[in-house]
Amino acid sequence: MEPSVLVSLLIVLGLAAAIPVVMVILGRAFGPKRPTEVKYSVYECGLEPPVDARRRFTVKFYEVAVLFVVFDVEVAFLFPWALLFKKSSGFLFFGEMIVFLGILGVGLFYVIKRGALEWE
Amino acid sequence: MESYFTFVSSVLGFEPTSLLGFVGAIAVWAVPITAFVSVVGLVSIWLERKISAHIQCRVGPMEVGPHGALQTLADGIKLLGKEDLVPAQADRILFGLAPMLVFASTFVGFAVIPFSQKAVIADLNLGIFFLAAVGSLEAIGVVMAGWSSNNKWSLFGAIRAATQVVSYEIPLGLSLLAVVVVAGSMSLNDITQAQSGWVWNWFLFRNPFMWAVFLIYFIASLAECKRAPFDLPEAESELVSGFHTEYSGMRFAIFFLAEYGAMYIVSAIAVVLFFGGWYTGIPFLDHISGSIGGTTGVVVENLIGAGTIIVKSFLLICVQMWIRWTLPRIRLDQMMDLCLKYLLPFSLVLLVAVSLWQAFQGPIDGGNSVMGMIMLAATVASLIWMRRLAGRVSKASALRRELPVVKTGL
Repeated sequence: MEPSVLVSLLIVLGLAAAIPVVMVILGRAFGPKRPTEVKYSVYECGLEPPVDARRRFTVKFYEVAVLFVVFDVEVAFLFPWALLFKKSSGFLFFGEMIVFLGILGVGLFYVIKRGALEWE
Repeated sequence: MESYFTFVSSVLGFEPTSLLGFVGAIAVWAVPITAFVSVVGLVSIWLERKISAHIQCRVGPMEVGPHGALQTLADGIKLLGKEDLVPAQADRILFGLAPMLVFASTFVGFAVIPFSQKAVIADLNLGIFFLAAVGSLEAIGVVMAGWSSNNKWSLFGAIRAATQVVSYEIPLGLSLLAVVVVAGSMSLNDITQAQSGWVWNWFLFRNPFMWAVFLIYFIASLAECKRAPFDLPEAESELVSGFHTEYSGMRFAIFFLAEYGAMYIVSAIAVVLFFGGWYTGIPFLDHISGSIGGTTGVVVENLIGAGTIIVKSFLLICVQMWIRWTLPRIRLDQMMDLCLKYLLPFSLVLLVAVSLWQAFQGPIDGGNSVMGMIMLAATVASLIWMRRLAGRVSKASALRRELPVVKTGL
Protein backbone atom coordinates (compact mmCIF):
# COMPACT_ATOMS: atom_id res chain seq x y z
CA MET A 1 0.00 0.00 0.00
CA GLU A 2 1.55 3.26 -1.10
CA PRO A 3 1.61 6.22 1.31
CA SER A 4 -0.58 8.27 -1.05
CA VAL A 5 -3.48 5.95 -0.14
CA LEU A 6 -3.26 6.97 3.50
CA VAL A 7 -2.83 10.63 2.56
CA SER A 8 -5.94 10.54 0.40
CA LEU A 9 -7.85 8.77 3.19
CA LEU A 10 -6.80 11.54 5.55
CA ILE A 11 -8.01 14.15 3.05
CA VAL A 12 -11.40 12.44 2.85
CA LEU A 13 -11.55 12.28 6.66
CA GLY A 14 -10.84 16.02 6.77
CA LEU A 15 -13.57 16.65 4.20
CA ALA A 16 -15.99 14.49 6.18
CA ALA A 17 -15.40 16.70 9.20
CA ALA A 18 -15.44 19.97 7.23
CA ILE A 19 -18.62 19.52 5.15
CA PRO A 20 -21.09 19.27 8.08
CA VAL A 21 -19.37 22.21 9.82
CA VAL A 22 -19.73 24.33 6.67
CA MET A 23 -23.37 23.23 6.30
CA VAL A 24 -24.19 24.21 9.90
CA ILE A 25 -22.39 27.56 9.54
CA LEU A 26 -24.31 28.26 6.31
CA GLY A 27 -27.55 27.34 8.05
CA ARG A 28 -26.75 29.71 10.92
CA ALA A 29 -25.85 32.48 8.47
CA PHE A 30 -29.00 32.23 6.34
CA GLY A 31 -31.53 31.08 8.91
CA PRO A 32 -33.50 33.45 11.14
CA LYS A 33 -32.76 33.72 14.86
CA ARG A 34 -36.00 34.46 16.70
CA PRO A 35 -35.88 32.51 19.96
CA THR A 36 -39.00 32.02 22.01
CA GLU A 37 -39.35 29.94 25.12
CA VAL A 38 -41.84 27.54 23.53
CA LYS A 39 -39.63 26.98 20.52
CA TYR A 40 -36.75 25.83 22.67
CA SER A 41 -38.82 23.48 24.81
CA VAL A 42 -38.88 19.70 24.33
CA TYR A 43 -41.04 18.41 21.46
CA GLU A 44 -43.94 17.11 23.53
CA CYS A 45 -47.02 18.59 21.80
CA GLY A 46 -46.98 21.69 23.99
CA LEU A 47 -47.07 19.85 27.30
CA GLU A 48 -44.39 20.22 29.93
CA PRO A 49 -42.63 16.80 30.07
CA PRO A 50 -43.51 15.30 33.49
CA VAL A 51 -40.20 13.43 33.87
CA ASP A 52 -36.69 13.78 32.56
CA ALA A 53 -36.15 11.85 29.32
CA ARG A 54 -32.91 10.29 30.53
CA ARG A 55 -34.36 7.44 32.47
CA ARG A 56 -33.77 3.73 32.76
CA PHE A 57 -34.78 1.44 29.93
CA THR A 58 -35.42 -2.28 29.74
CA VAL A 59 -32.58 -4.69 30.42
CA LYS A 60 -33.31 -6.51 27.15
CA PHE A 61 -31.27 -3.93 25.28
CA TYR A 62 -28.24 -4.73 27.45
CA GLU A 63 -28.58 -8.42 26.64
CA VAL A 64 -28.48 -7.59 22.96
CA ALA A 65 -25.39 -5.49 23.58
CA VAL A 66 -23.62 -8.38 25.31
CA LEU A 67 -24.58 -10.77 22.49
CA PHE A 68 -23.28 -8.22 20.01
CA VAL A 69 -19.91 -8.02 21.73
CA VAL A 70 -19.56 -11.82 21.70
CA PHE A 71 -20.52 -12.33 18.08
CA ASP A 72 -18.94 -9.23 16.59
CA VAL A 73 -15.60 -10.09 18.17
CA GLU A 74 -16.07 -13.53 16.66
CA VAL A 75 -16.57 -11.99 13.22
CA ALA A 76 -13.52 -9.79 13.74
CA PHE A 77 -11.46 -12.88 14.66
CA LEU A 78 -12.69 -14.73 11.59
CA PHE A 79 -11.59 -12.05 9.11
CA PRO A 80 -7.89 -13.10 9.06
CA TRP A 81 -9.00 -16.73 8.80
CA ALA A 82 -11.24 -15.94 5.83
CA LEU A 83 -8.47 -13.96 4.16
CA LEU A 84 -6.05 -16.86 4.31
CA PHE A 85 -8.56 -19.62 3.53
CA LYS A 86 -7.96 -19.71 -0.23
CA LYS A 87 -4.19 -19.95 0.17
CA SER A 88 -4.43 -22.60 2.91
CA SER A 89 -4.36 -26.38 2.74
CA GLY A 90 -8.13 -26.53 3.00
CA PHE A 91 -9.62 -29.09 5.36
CA LEU A 92 -7.35 -28.68 8.41
CA PHE A 93 -7.91 -24.94 8.23
CA PHE A 94 -11.63 -25.57 7.82
CA GLY A 95 -11.68 -27.87 10.86
CA GLU A 96 -10.07 -25.25 13.08
CA MET A 97 -12.81 -22.81 12.17
CA ILE A 98 -15.51 -25.42 12.80
CA VAL A 99 -14.27 -25.89 16.38
CA PHE A 100 -14.38 -22.12 16.94
CA LEU A 101 -17.79 -21.68 15.30
CA GLY A 102 -19.10 -24.79 17.04
CA ILE A 103 -18.43 -23.40 20.52
CA LEU A 104 -20.20 -20.16 19.60
CA GLY A 105 -23.02 -22.07 17.95
CA VAL A 106 -23.60 -24.04 21.15
CA GLY A 107 -23.62 -20.75 23.03
CA LEU A 108 -26.18 -19.28 20.67
CA PHE A 109 -28.33 -22.41 20.99
CA TYR A 110 -28.16 -22.11 24.81
CA VAL A 111 -29.12 -18.43 24.70
CA ILE A 112 -32.13 -19.16 22.48
CA LYS A 113 -33.23 -22.15 24.58
CA ARG A 114 -32.94 -20.20 27.84
CA GLY A 115 -35.33 -17.65 26.36
CA ALA A 116 -32.93 -14.73 26.66
CA LEU A 117 -34.15 -13.45 23.32
CA GLU A 118 -37.86 -13.52 24.15
CA TRP A 119 -39.48 -10.09 24.13
CA GLU A 120 -42.61 -11.07 26.13
CA MET B 1 -0.63 -0.45 -10.27
CA GLU B 2 -1.17 3.17 -11.12
CA SER B 3 -3.34 4.88 -8.52
CA TYR B 4 -6.10 7.38 -9.12
CA PHE B 5 -3.75 10.06 -7.78
CA THR B 6 -1.00 9.51 -10.34
CA PHE B 7 -3.48 8.71 -13.09
CA VAL B 8 -5.49 11.94 -12.80
CA SER B 9 -2.31 13.93 -12.25
CA SER B 10 -0.80 12.58 -15.44
CA VAL B 11 -3.97 13.18 -17.47
CA LEU B 12 -4.30 16.78 -16.22
CA GLY B 13 -0.57 17.44 -16.32
CA PHE B 14 0.02 17.99 -12.60
CA GLU B 15 3.43 17.28 -11.14
CA PRO B 16 2.46 15.22 -8.06
CA THR B 17 5.63 16.17 -6.19
CA SER B 18 5.24 19.95 -6.25
CA LEU B 19 3.09 21.88 -3.80
CA LEU B 20 0.83 23.15 -6.59
CA GLY B 21 0.42 19.60 -7.79
CA PHE B 22 -0.53 18.48 -4.29
CA VAL B 23 -3.15 21.21 -3.94
CA GLY B 24 -4.39 20.37 -7.43
CA ALA B 25 -4.64 16.72 -6.54
CA ILE B 26 -6.63 17.53 -3.40
CA ALA B 27 -9.02 19.54 -5.57
CA VAL B 28 -9.16 16.65 -8.02
CA TRP B 29 -10.25 14.35 -5.19
CA ALA B 30 -12.29 16.64 -3.05
CA VAL B 31 -14.53 18.27 -5.65
CA PRO B 32 -15.78 15.10 -7.40
CA ILE B 33 -16.37 13.14 -4.18
CA THR B 34 -18.28 16.00 -2.56
CA ALA B 35 -20.27 16.61 -5.73
CA PHE B 36 -20.96 12.90 -6.07
CA VAL B 37 -22.27 12.54 -2.51
CA SER B 38 -24.57 15.53 -2.99
CA VAL B 39 -25.81 14.28 -6.36
CA VAL B 40 -26.44 10.80 -4.90
CA GLY B 41 -28.46 12.44 -2.13
CA LEU B 42 -30.45 14.65 -4.48
CA VAL B 43 -31.16 11.90 -7.02
CA SER B 44 -32.10 9.23 -4.50
CA ILE B 45 -34.43 11.51 -2.53
CA TRP B 46 -36.14 12.44 -5.83
CA LEU B 47 -36.25 8.76 -6.83
CA GLU B 48 -37.75 7.83 -3.47
CA ARG B 49 -40.55 10.36 -3.87
CA LYS B 50 -41.21 9.35 -7.48
CA ILE B 51 -41.18 5.62 -6.75
CA SER B 52 -43.37 5.94 -3.67
CA ALA B 53 -45.76 8.13 -5.67
CA HIS B 54 -46.04 5.69 -8.58
CA ILE B 55 -46.46 2.72 -6.23
CA GLN B 56 -49.34 4.60 -4.59
CA CYS B 57 -50.90 5.65 -7.95
CA ARG B 58 -49.75 9.27 -7.63
CA VAL B 59 -47.30 11.21 -9.79
CA GLY B 60 -45.13 12.75 -7.07
CA PRO B 61 -43.32 16.10 -7.40
CA MET B 62 -43.88 17.63 -10.85
CA GLU B 63 -43.40 21.39 -10.54
CA VAL B 64 -39.69 22.14 -9.98
CA GLY B 65 -37.67 21.10 -13.01
CA PRO B 66 -38.52 18.30 -15.45
CA HIS B 67 -40.68 15.77 -13.56
CA GLY B 68 -39.77 17.50 -10.32
CA ALA B 69 -36.10 16.58 -10.60
CA LEU B 70 -34.97 19.79 -8.90
CA GLN B 71 -37.49 19.49 -6.05
CA THR B 72 -34.83 18.18 -3.66
CA LEU B 73 -32.58 21.14 -4.44
CA ALA B 74 -35.45 23.51 -3.68
CA ASP B 75 -36.08 21.67 -0.41
CA GLY B 76 -32.40 21.94 0.48
CA ILE B 77 -32.49 25.71 -0.10
CA LYS B 78 -35.60 25.89 2.05
CA LEU B 79 -33.81 24.02 4.86
CA LEU B 80 -30.95 26.53 4.54
CA GLY B 81 -33.39 29.28 5.48
CA LYS B 82 -34.70 27.51 8.59
CA GLU B 83 -33.80 28.43 12.13
CA ASP B 84 -31.08 26.29 13.71
CA LEU B 85 -32.72 25.11 16.93
CA VAL B 86 -30.94 23.59 19.89
CA PRO B 87 -33.43 22.70 22.63
CA ALA B 88 -32.79 24.38 25.97
CA GLN B 89 -32.36 21.10 27.87
CA ALA B 90 -30.14 19.49 25.25
CA ASP B 91 -26.49 18.67 25.74
CA ARG B 92 -25.16 21.25 23.29
CA ILE B 93 -21.79 19.63 22.52
CA LEU B 94 -23.12 16.14 21.84
CA PHE B 95 -26.13 17.59 20.01
CA GLY B 96 -23.81 19.39 17.60
CA LEU B 97 -21.38 16.52 17.26
CA ALA B 98 -23.95 13.79 16.51
CA PRO B 99 -24.92 14.75 12.92
CA MET B 100 -21.27 15.24 12.07
CA LEU B 101 -20.34 11.76 13.27
CA VAL B 102 -23.24 10.22 11.36
CA PHE B 103 -22.30 12.12 8.21
CA ALA B 104 -18.58 11.37 8.53
CA SER B 105 -19.13 7.63 8.96
CA THR B 106 -21.06 7.56 5.68
CA PHE B 107 -18.85 9.97 3.78
CA VAL B 108 -15.58 8.16 4.56
CA GLY B 109 -17.08 5.00 3.07
CA PHE B 110 -17.12 6.69 -0.35
CA ALA B 111 -13.31 6.84 -0.23
CA VAL B 112 -12.85 3.09 -0.62
CA ILE B 113 -15.70 2.28 -3.03
CA PRO B 114 -14.07 1.75 -6.43
CA PHE B 115 -15.73 3.43 -9.41
CA SER B 116 -13.41 1.71 -11.84
CA GLN B 117 -10.07 0.00 -11.63
CA LYS B 118 -8.28 3.34 -11.24
CA ALA B 119 -10.97 5.69 -9.96
CA VAL B 120 -10.83 4.77 -6.29
CA ILE B 121 -9.63 7.35 -3.83
CA ALA B 122 -8.02 4.98 -1.35
CA ASP B 123 -7.55 1.39 -2.54
CA LEU B 124 -7.14 -0.10 0.93
CA ASN B 125 -6.18 -3.76 1.09
CA LEU B 126 -8.50 -3.94 4.14
CA GLY B 127 -11.39 -2.35 2.22
CA ILE B 128 -14.25 -4.50 3.52
CA PHE B 129 -12.99 -4.38 7.08
CA PHE B 130 -12.67 -0.61 6.87
CA LEU B 131 -16.23 -0.27 5.58
CA ALA B 132 -17.59 -2.49 8.36
CA ALA B 133 -15.65 -0.46 10.93
CA VAL B 134 -16.69 3.03 9.81
CA GLY B 135 -20.22 1.83 9.13
CA SER B 136 -20.73 0.89 12.76
CA LEU B 137 -19.57 4.34 13.92
CA GLU B 138 -22.94 5.59 12.72
CA ALA B 139 -24.64 3.84 15.65
CA ILE B 140 -22.61 5.96 18.09
CA GLY B 141 -23.68 9.13 16.31
CA VAL B 142 -27.32 8.07 16.43
CA VAL B 143 -27.14 7.27 20.16
CA MET B 144 -25.45 10.63 20.75
CA ALA B 145 -28.25 12.39 18.87
CA GLY B 146 -30.97 10.60 20.81
CA TRP B 147 -29.36 10.98 24.22
CA SER B 148 -28.36 14.63 23.86
CA SER B 149 -31.82 15.73 22.66
CA ASN B 150 -33.27 15.02 26.11
CA ASN B 151 -36.53 13.96 24.52
CA LYS B 152 -38.07 10.59 25.19
CA TRP B 153 -38.98 9.99 21.53
CA SER B 154 -35.40 10.68 20.54
CA LEU B 155 -34.06 8.40 23.25
CA PHE B 156 -36.37 5.53 22.32
CA GLY B 157 -35.45 5.97 18.68
CA ALA B 158 -31.76 5.97 19.52
CA ILE B 159 -31.98 2.82 21.66
CA ARG B 160 -33.91 1.04 18.94
CA ALA B 161 -31.44 2.19 16.31
CA ALA B 162 -28.46 1.04 18.34
CA THR B 163 -30.03 -2.37 19.05
CA GLN B 164 -30.96 -2.86 15.43
CA VAL B 165 -27.70 -1.70 13.92
CA VAL B 166 -25.47 -3.70 16.25
CA SER B 167 -27.47 -6.90 15.97
CA TYR B 168 -27.75 -6.83 12.18
CA GLU B 169 -24.04 -6.13 11.99
CA ILE B 170 -23.40 -9.80 12.87
CA PRO B 171 -25.21 -11.43 9.88
CA LEU B 172 -23.82 -8.61 7.73
CA GLY B 173 -20.28 -9.37 8.87
CA LEU B 174 -20.76 -13.11 8.40
CA SER B 175 -21.98 -12.63 4.82
CA LEU B 176 -18.98 -10.37 4.13
CA LEU B 177 -16.80 -13.19 5.51
CA ALA B 178 -18.31 -15.66 3.06
CA VAL B 179 -17.30 -13.40 0.17
CA VAL B 180 -13.80 -12.97 1.61
CA VAL B 181 -13.48 -16.77 1.76
CA VAL B 182 -14.40 -17.02 -1.92
CA ALA B 183 -12.25 -14.08 -3.04
CA GLY B 184 -9.27 -14.56 -0.75
CA SER B 185 -8.86 -10.81 -0.43
CA MET B 186 -10.40 -7.90 1.45
CA SER B 187 -9.50 -5.25 -1.10
CA LEU B 188 -12.58 -4.18 -3.04
CA ASN B 189 -10.40 -3.82 -6.13
CA ASP B 190 -9.11 -7.40 -5.94
CA ILE B 191 -12.58 -8.75 -5.23
CA THR B 192 -13.94 -7.02 -8.34
CA GLN B 193 -11.07 -8.23 -10.50
CA ALA B 194 -11.78 -11.80 -9.42
CA GLN B 195 -15.17 -11.37 -11.17
CA SER B 196 -13.92 -10.17 -14.57
CA GLY B 197 -15.12 -11.75 -17.78
CA TRP B 198 -18.63 -12.87 -18.60
CA VAL B 199 -21.67 -12.37 -16.38
CA TRP B 200 -21.44 -15.87 -14.92
CA ASN B 201 -18.08 -15.04 -13.32
CA TRP B 202 -19.84 -12.74 -10.85
CA PHE B 203 -19.67 -13.97 -7.27
CA LEU B 204 -23.44 -14.25 -7.18
CA PHE B 205 -23.13 -17.30 -9.44
CA ARG B 206 -19.83 -18.62 -8.06
CA ASN B 207 -21.36 -21.36 -5.93
CA PRO B 208 -24.86 -22.51 -4.98
CA PHE B 209 -24.87 -20.61 -1.65
CA MET B 210 -24.01 -17.12 -2.86
CA TRP B 211 -27.62 -16.14 -3.60
CA ALA B 212 -28.54 -16.88 0.01
CA VAL B 213 -25.47 -14.98 1.23
CA PHE B 214 -26.54 -12.02 -0.90
CA LEU B 215 -30.09 -12.12 0.44
CA ILE B 216 -28.82 -12.12 4.04
CA TYR B 217 -26.48 -9.24 3.22
CA PHE B 218 -29.32 -7.32 1.59
CA ILE B 219 -31.75 -7.82 4.49
CA ALA B 220 -29.07 -6.88 7.01
CA SER B 221 -28.10 -3.82 4.98
CA LEU B 222 -31.73 -2.68 4.93
CA ALA B 223 -31.66 -2.83 8.73
CA GLU B 224 -28.29 -1.06 8.86
CA CYS B 225 -29.72 1.80 6.80
CA LYS B 226 -32.84 1.84 9.01
CA ARG B 227 -35.00 1.35 5.91
CA ALA B 228 -38.50 -0.07 6.00
CA PRO B 229 -39.49 -2.72 7.01
CA PHE B 230 -36.78 -2.03 9.61
CA ASP B 231 -37.49 1.68 10.10
CA LEU B 232 -38.40 1.27 13.78
CA PRO B 233 -35.92 3.95 14.93
CA GLU B 234 -37.81 6.52 12.86
CA ALA B 235 -41.29 5.06 13.14
CA GLU B 236 -43.33 8.20 12.46
CA SER B 237 -46.54 6.86 13.96
CA GLU B 238 -44.89 5.94 17.27
CA LEU B 239 -41.83 8.12 17.82
CA VAL B 240 -42.58 11.39 15.94
CA SER B 241 -39.34 11.16 13.98
CA GLY B 242 -37.10 9.06 16.21
CA PHE B 243 -33.61 10.14 17.07
CA HIS B 244 -33.66 13.30 14.95
CA THR B 245 -36.96 14.67 16.31
CA GLU B 246 -35.29 17.75 17.81
CA TYR B 247 -33.14 18.56 14.80
CA SER B 248 -34.05 21.31 12.38
CA GLY B 249 -32.62 23.16 9.41
CA MET B 250 -29.19 22.19 8.19
CA ARG B 251 -28.51 19.68 10.98
CA PHE B 252 -31.58 17.74 9.87
CA ALA B 253 -30.35 17.99 6.27
CA ILE B 254 -27.04 16.42 7.32
CA PHE B 255 -28.87 13.42 8.81
CA PHE B 256 -30.98 13.11 5.69
CA LEU B 257 -27.99 13.29 3.34
CA ALA B 258 -26.11 10.73 5.44
CA GLU B 259 -29.08 8.37 5.36
CA TYR B 260 -29.31 8.42 1.57
CA GLY B 261 -25.52 8.28 1.26
CA ALA B 262 -25.54 5.12 3.39
CA MET B 263 -28.08 3.57 1.02
CA TYR B 264 -25.68 4.13 -1.86
CA ILE B 265 -22.75 2.75 0.16
CA VAL B 266 -24.47 -0.53 1.06
CA SER B 267 -25.73 -0.95 -2.51
CA ALA B 268 -22.29 -0.27 -3.95
CA ILE B 269 -20.75 -2.81 -1.56
CA ALA B 270 -23.36 -5.36 -2.66
CA VAL B 271 -22.54 -4.59 -6.31
CA VAL B 272 -18.81 -5.00 -5.69
CA LEU B 273 -19.19 -8.20 -3.67
CA PHE B 274 -21.83 -10.00 -5.71
CA PHE B 275 -22.57 -8.23 -9.01
CA GLY B 276 -19.13 -7.78 -10.52
CA GLY B 277 -18.46 -4.18 -9.47
CA TRP B 278 -17.54 -2.02 -12.43
CA TYR B 279 -17.54 -4.93 -14.90
CA THR B 280 -20.38 -4.91 -17.40
CA GLY B 281 -20.26 -8.68 -17.76
CA ILE B 282 -19.22 -8.39 -21.42
CA PRO B 283 -15.42 -8.85 -21.75
CA PHE B 284 -15.20 -6.70 -24.91
CA LEU B 285 -16.62 -3.61 -23.14
CA ASP B 286 -14.52 -4.15 -20.03
CA HIS B 287 -11.25 -4.16 -21.96
CA ILE B 288 -12.13 -1.54 -24.54
CA SER B 289 -8.79 0.23 -23.99
CA GLY B 290 -7.25 -2.66 -25.94
CA SER B 291 -9.21 -1.79 -29.08
CA ILE B 292 -9.21 2.03 -28.79
CA GLY B 293 -5.73 2.47 -27.39
CA GLY B 294 -3.90 5.39 -25.84
CA THR B 295 -5.16 7.67 -23.06
CA THR B 296 -8.59 7.93 -24.75
CA GLY B 297 -9.04 4.19 -24.44
CA VAL B 298 -8.11 4.20 -20.74
CA VAL B 299 -10.46 7.12 -20.04
CA VAL B 300 -13.35 5.50 -21.96
CA GLU B 301 -12.78 2.18 -20.17
CA ASN B 302 -12.84 3.88 -16.77
CA LEU B 303 -15.92 5.91 -17.68
CA ILE B 304 -17.77 2.75 -18.74
CA GLY B 305 -16.73 1.15 -15.45
CA ALA B 306 -17.90 4.09 -13.35
CA GLY B 307 -21.20 4.26 -15.24
CA THR B 308 -21.74 0.54 -14.77
CA ILE B 309 -21.21 0.47 -11.01
CA ILE B 310 -23.34 3.60 -10.50
CA VAL B 311 -26.21 2.20 -12.58
CA LYS B 312 -26.04 -1.15 -10.78
CA SER B 313 -26.00 0.55 -7.38
CA PHE B 314 -28.98 2.72 -8.26
CA LEU B 315 -30.89 -0.36 -9.42
CA LEU B 316 -30.32 -1.86 -5.97
CA ILE B 317 -31.38 1.42 -4.35
CA CYS B 318 -34.60 1.19 -6.38
CA VAL B 319 -35.14 -2.31 -4.98
CA GLN B 320 -34.65 -0.92 -1.45
CA MET B 321 -37.29 1.73 -2.18
CA TRP B 322 -39.64 -0.81 -3.75
CA ILE B 323 -39.40 -2.88 -0.54
CA ARG B 324 -39.94 0.19 1.63
CA TRP B 325 -43.18 1.12 -0.10
CA THR B 326 -44.44 -2.46 -0.30
CA LEU B 327 -43.88 -4.02 3.11
CA PRO B 328 -45.33 -2.87 6.45
CA ARG B 329 -43.03 -2.03 9.35
CA ILE B 330 -42.30 -4.97 11.67
CA ARG B 331 -42.39 -4.89 15.48
CA LEU B 332 -39.32 -4.65 17.68
CA ASP B 333 -39.54 -8.25 18.91
CA GLN B 334 -40.03 -9.53 15.36
CA MET B 335 -37.01 -7.52 14.28
CA MET B 336 -34.82 -9.05 16.99
CA ASP B 337 -36.19 -12.55 16.37
CA LEU B 338 -35.49 -12.32 12.65
CA CYS B 339 -31.92 -11.29 13.29
CA LEU B 340 -30.79 -13.45 16.21
CA LYS B 341 -32.93 -16.55 15.73
CA TYR B 342 -33.00 -16.85 11.94
CA LEU B 343 -30.43 -14.73 10.12
CA LEU B 344 -27.57 -15.35 12.56
CA PRO B 345 -27.71 -19.20 12.65
CA PHE B 346 -28.49 -19.28 8.93
CA SER B 347 -25.51 -17.11 8.04
CA LEU B 348 -23.23 -19.23 10.27
CA VAL B 349 -24.37 -22.33 8.37
CA LEU B 350 -23.87 -20.53 5.06
CA LEU B 351 -20.33 -19.51 6.02
CA VAL B 352 -19.53 -23.15 6.81
CA ALA B 353 -21.14 -24.28 3.53
CA VAL B 354 -19.26 -21.72 1.44
CA SER B 355 -15.92 -22.54 3.01
CA LEU B 356 -16.56 -26.27 2.67
CA TRP B 357 -17.30 -25.76 -1.03
CA GLN B 358 -14.13 -23.72 -1.34
CA ALA B 359 -12.10 -26.39 0.49
CA PHE B 360 -13.37 -29.12 -1.85
CA GLN B 361 -12.55 -26.98 -4.83
CA GLY B 362 -9.04 -26.33 -3.50
CA PRO B 363 -6.80 -23.51 -4.60
CA ILE B 364 -7.45 -24.26 -8.29
CA ASP B 365 -10.15 -22.02 -9.75
CA GLY B 366 -11.18 -24.48 -12.46
CA GLY B 367 -14.85 -25.10 -13.16
CA ASN B 368 -15.94 -21.64 -12.03
CA SER B 369 -17.39 -20.75 -15.43
CA VAL B 370 -19.37 -23.99 -15.72
CA MET B 371 -20.75 -23.56 -12.18
CA GLY B 372 -21.48 -19.92 -12.97
CA MET B 373 -23.41 -20.80 -16.13
CA ILE B 374 -25.48 -23.40 -14.26
CA MET B 375 -26.23 -20.90 -11.48
CA LEU B 376 -27.08 -18.14 -13.97
CA ALA B 377 -29.49 -20.45 -15.78
CA ALA B 378 -31.05 -21.50 -12.46
CA THR B 379 -31.41 -17.84 -11.46
CA VAL B 380 -33.10 -16.88 -14.73
CA ALA B 381 -35.41 -19.90 -14.50
CA SER B 382 -36.46 -19.13 -10.94
CA LEU B 383 -37.00 -15.45 -11.79
CA ILE B 384 -39.33 -16.45 -14.66
CA TRP B 385 -41.14 -18.85 -12.33
CA MET B 386 -41.55 -16.12 -9.69
CA ARG B 387 -42.84 -13.71 -12.34
CA ARG B 388 -45.50 -16.26 -13.34
CA LEU B 389 -46.45 -16.72 -9.69
CA ALA B 390 -46.68 -12.97 -9.18
CA GLY B 391 -48.79 -12.65 -12.33
CA ARG B 392 -51.29 -15.15 -10.97
CA VAL B 393 -51.47 -13.30 -7.65
CA SER B 394 -51.87 -9.89 -9.23
CA LYS B 395 -54.65 -11.10 -11.51
CA ALA B 396 -56.63 -11.71 -8.34
CA SER B 397 -56.13 -8.13 -7.28
CA ALA B 398 -56.68 -6.62 -10.71
CA LEU B 399 -59.24 -4.31 -9.17
CA ARG B 400 -56.44 -2.18 -7.75
CA ARG B 401 -55.14 -1.28 -11.21
CA GLU B 402 -58.46 0.25 -12.20
CA LEU B 403 -58.12 2.99 -9.59
CA PRO B 404 -57.84 6.43 -11.18
CA VAL B 405 -54.46 8.18 -11.09
CA VAL B 406 -54.76 11.21 -8.84
CA LYS B 407 -52.47 14.11 -9.66
CA THR B 408 -50.95 15.54 -6.49
CA GLY B 409 -47.70 17.27 -5.74
CA LEU B 410 -46.93 15.24 -2.58
